[in-house]
Amino acid sequence: MGKTIIEKILQEHCVDDIDVKSGEIIWIDIDKRTARDFGGANVVKNMSKYFDDDSVQDVSKTLFTFDCVVPAKTIPYANNQHICRQYAREKNISVYDVNAGIGSHVAIEEGHAYPNCTFIGTDSHLNILGAVGAFGQGMGDQDIAFSFKTGVNWFEVPPTMKINLKGDLPDNVGAKDLILFLIGKLGSKGALGKAVEIYGDAIAKLNIDQRITVGSMGTEMGAIILFLKPDTILDGYFKFVKAENKKLFSADDDAEYIETFEFDISNIKPLIACPPKPDNVFEVSEIAAKKILVDSVFVGSCTNGRITDIKEVCEILKGKKVHPRVMMKVVPATMKVYGEMLKEGLVQILYDSGVIVSNPGCGGCASGQIGMTGTGEIQLSTSNRNFKGKQGNGDTYLVSPATAAYTALTGYICGEEDL
Amino acid sequence: MKDKIIKGRALHIIENGTYIDDIDTDMIFHNSFLAITEIEKMGQHAFGNLDGWKDFPSTAKKGDVLVVGKNFGAGSSRQQAVDCFTALGVTLIIGESFGAIYKRNAINAGVPLIELKDFNSKDLIGCSELKIDLEKGIIMDLQDNKVAECKPFSKVQMDIYQNGNLFEYGKKMRG
Repeated sequence: MGKTIIEKILQEHCVDDIDVKSGEIIWIDIDKRTARDFGGANVVKNMSKYFDDDSVQDVSKTLFTFDCVVPAKTIPYANNQHICRQYAREKNISVYDVNAGIGSHVAIEEGHAYPNCTFIGTDSHLNILGAVGAFGQGMGDQDIAFSFKTGVNWFEVPPTMKINLKGDLPDNVGAKDLILFLIGKLGSKGALGKAVEIYGDAIAKLNIDQRITVGSMGTEMGAIILFLKPDTILDGYFKFVKAENKKLFSADDDAEYIETFEFDISNIKPLIACPPKPDNVFEVSEIAAKKILVDSVFVGSCTNGRITDIKEVCEILKGKKVHPRVMMKVVPATMKVYGEMLKEGLVQILYDSGVIVSNPGCGGCASGQIGMTGTGEIQLSTSNRNFKGKQGNGDTYLVSPATAAYTALTGYICGEEDL
Repeated sequence: MKDKIIKGRALHIIENGTYIDDIDTDMIFHNSFLAITEIEKMGQHAFGNLDGWKDFPSTAKKGDVLVVGKNFGAGSSRQQAVDCFTALGVTLIIGESFGAIYKRNAINAGVPLIELKDFNSKDLIGCSELKIDLEKGIIMDLQDNKVAECKPFSKVQMDIYQNGNLFEYGKKMRG
């Protein structure tokens, strides 16, 4: 019997000589073990609590990435970051500090995450790395400490679900609309406990940034991880990585899938997830008819903080002012994205439109690096979660960067046709 | 070596003759007690938020085996939802399925977690005592009649269980 992508990656990393298939619990080698400012301090505390010697098994495979509250705006966060920083200095472990940006994105840019690597950390959206053919997984602070110390951890090989996409995305529909479409169809538990493989001609046309957008929201349909049809675009992107075990896996023809879905995407429209759940999905035009006034617009997060996303926003905003009732915030995912924004004159465009631009990081999601919403506030966000309380007391709608930009100009939830 | 065959009184978490599904971690160990970190103090709050089961801590005995329904332990990642049963002396939990994080936490804490494959819930509910062979994956009544089958313990689960918990195993594997 052939293997799916997840089965191949886990087979390559299985420490025992067994045939890896779904349902088995196996020990795997972990290529990169990371902790962020959320959970990181507990990982450090666990090291001394559970081990006589609190050093890590391999410094070169261990990383800290700070991205939740950067720089720290509360004393507990400042303390937690500094606990990690001091431990890292003592042990000679690399730190991507508060200037660097979102850990998972930095990992891709810097070649720490690459096709066929296993990468764990305290970020529940680390499965975003499926977008580049890596097995990324968020875990608790005990699991991460264990892997800091041993270099391995256990995992139950999940069954794989296959999604075939028919047709091409319409011109005004982007990667965010595509993943919202799938979440709307499958629901928040639609892929619970499963790995997902997505195929179709439309996938081959996505660049790395757009693949990251799709991969970032597997969590919102319950998936362990989401892989996109492997493509030469990844080969090109990761040419600079010299890892020995770098391999871009395809599933075998006779691989076993627990379920297969087929969706025609050639007629989908721009979509929006209304509060309070990411699977509460409607067409933007339906919601636009209600003329819902918006107080704030956030563009960024691990879902839509790439240069492709911010460029798209700037093309719409260029030469125009954001509506006076709207505060619009843009947060690049990483320092590299921020640098590209400067080079391409995007910061000037945003400035001229009246947009707040901040340093790189998780932005609106985690504890409000760039502010929270107040009671009654209506926010449009390009992030991935709109649960009650996640981004403050207000109501959050999830949209694409384009829909965020159109709405920022009119002051009410709308699409291109309403301008 | 810890026993690979576990015997105990069965506590069936049922309502109107069927197992209760979707018992989440707030029903098992309510978030208002999360500040408790000593295991011995956790037992008294087990099922404190599950209707009809509030006297569970006074009825559970050391050596009991817990039998539950589908999606047991869904929800948050709190370790207390596993540890509160250990505090009461529960030696093993049998269920039709478990929340993913709950499963990870239980295995890491060295608590044997058994997922049922093929069973008739009436046969199981009828058993006041159970005998579980972790290696063979068989659940029996005290007369050794098979009442259900489960997935045999994987090597990983057995490694962690035999060493007590994930960290004890970790110490051994890296000297």
